[in-house]
Amino acid sequence: MTQRPITEDDLQAYVDEALDPERRAAVAAFLTSNPEIEERVAMDLHHRRALREALAPVAKEPLPARLNLARLAEERGKSRFTGWTSVAAALALMLAGGAGGWSLRLASERPAAGIGSLAQEAADSYAVFAPDLGRPVEIGASDEAQLVRWASRRLDRAVKVPNLSAAGYTFLGGRVVPTPHGPAALYMYDNGSGTRLVMLTRNMAIDKNAPMATDDRGAVATVSWARDGLGYSLVGPLSPRHLHSIADQARAQSSGIS
Amino acid sequence: MRDMMVLIEPLIPGLRRYARSLLRDADAADDLVQDCLERVVGRWHQRRADGNARSWAYTILHNLAVNRMQQRARRGTHLTMENAPEAALAEPPAQESPLHNRDIVAAMQRLPDDQKAVLLLISVEDLSYAETARVLDIPIGTVMSRLSRARERLRREMADTPATLHLRRVK
Repeated sequence: MTQRPITEDDLQAYVDEALDPERRAAVAAFLTSNPEIEERVAMDLHHRRALREALAPVAKEPLPARLNLARLAEERGKSRFTGWTSVAAALALMLAGGAGGWSLRLASERPAAGIGSLAQEAADSYAVFAPDLGRPVEIGASDEAQLVRWASRRLDRAVKVPNLSAAGYTFLGGRVVPTPHGPAALYMYDNGSGTRLVMLTRNMAIDKNAPMATDDRGAVATVSWARDGLGYSLVGPLSPRHLHSIADQARAQSSGIS
Repeated sequence: MRDMMVLIEPLIPGLRRYARSLLRDADAADDLVQDCLERVVGRWHQRRADGNARSWAYTILHNLAVNRMQQRARRGTHLTMENAPEAALAEPPAQESPLHNRDIVAAMQRLPDDQKAVLLLISVEDLSYAETARVLDIPIGTVMSRLSRARERLRREMADTPATLHLRRVK
């Protein structure tokens, strides 16, 4: 009568009532002949029950109005296309808040134009929009066609949203953002567990064609390049090498667009 | 939209409980649940159709909670055990309960965050080990070892409180 030995995992699953009946009986028999462990498991069972009892009332409270799911869904439907004012507000905030430091840094370390400038703009956009919990994007992925029309109109050329799903990043949506070199299209991606990437793309006055340049900025890295007058910069909290491999996928897709 | 109401709405009380257990502040917790629900609404169509709505919703909430706790820690406004508002979590203990609910909640709060999350998701929210692994994006073996360490630590913590006398007696 050999039997699989009882493991620590079995003991945990016994406490959680997650064992099948046969295994549960085996563990129960084991506990009967091991009083010390039985006492330990009994304590765990009591703690589990006590914690559940202590926290149960929270789940019985009536839900506040703001957690009404039907209303949240309805509000989202209404507010989706009325966010123009928020872009204006964000622009005003960026200008008002950053004006002093902006010009100072422009004079010293900020690259004034070209790929380096694009990378900086992408990192700035990332810092503003990626942590935004409420409205990271203006137009969601479900309205990608609308976003593409908007961005193409503002950039005065056809743009396309790179697909990064092969790297595990889902397109969340995007918006048009201001840069010192005119409007740029911002696309945001999410890997489903909180890591976001931002792709910024705009027309390039100089560096119309540029090879990939990687920049490690500490918290985030940027990978930037340009092709046929359109510049791209991918930003994210990843290692430069990892980000570069994702940027390669994006660039491969951009090669088809004029 | 109808399936979202059917699948998500019943989860909201549990999501609130999980958020409040992690953040300890009822208003901040509801803010978080609201953020979570807005994302659920916004990304419903992106959800894998064969996916598990419950672990998906808890994943979104958990990641938001982690971000929020990191923000708090950076700003230095993290609640310490000493000044945590008791009222945020614990209702007055039920008179007939032989178990010291406040003690167990306080002991749970003293767990490291990663152990706390595992213990709450499994013991309180009734997620399976596999669902918990998915929510926390860790291997199932790590779930099991964190659960084991969390319970071990709870036993030690509770051994230091007078409630132990009760606990040892019962059963």
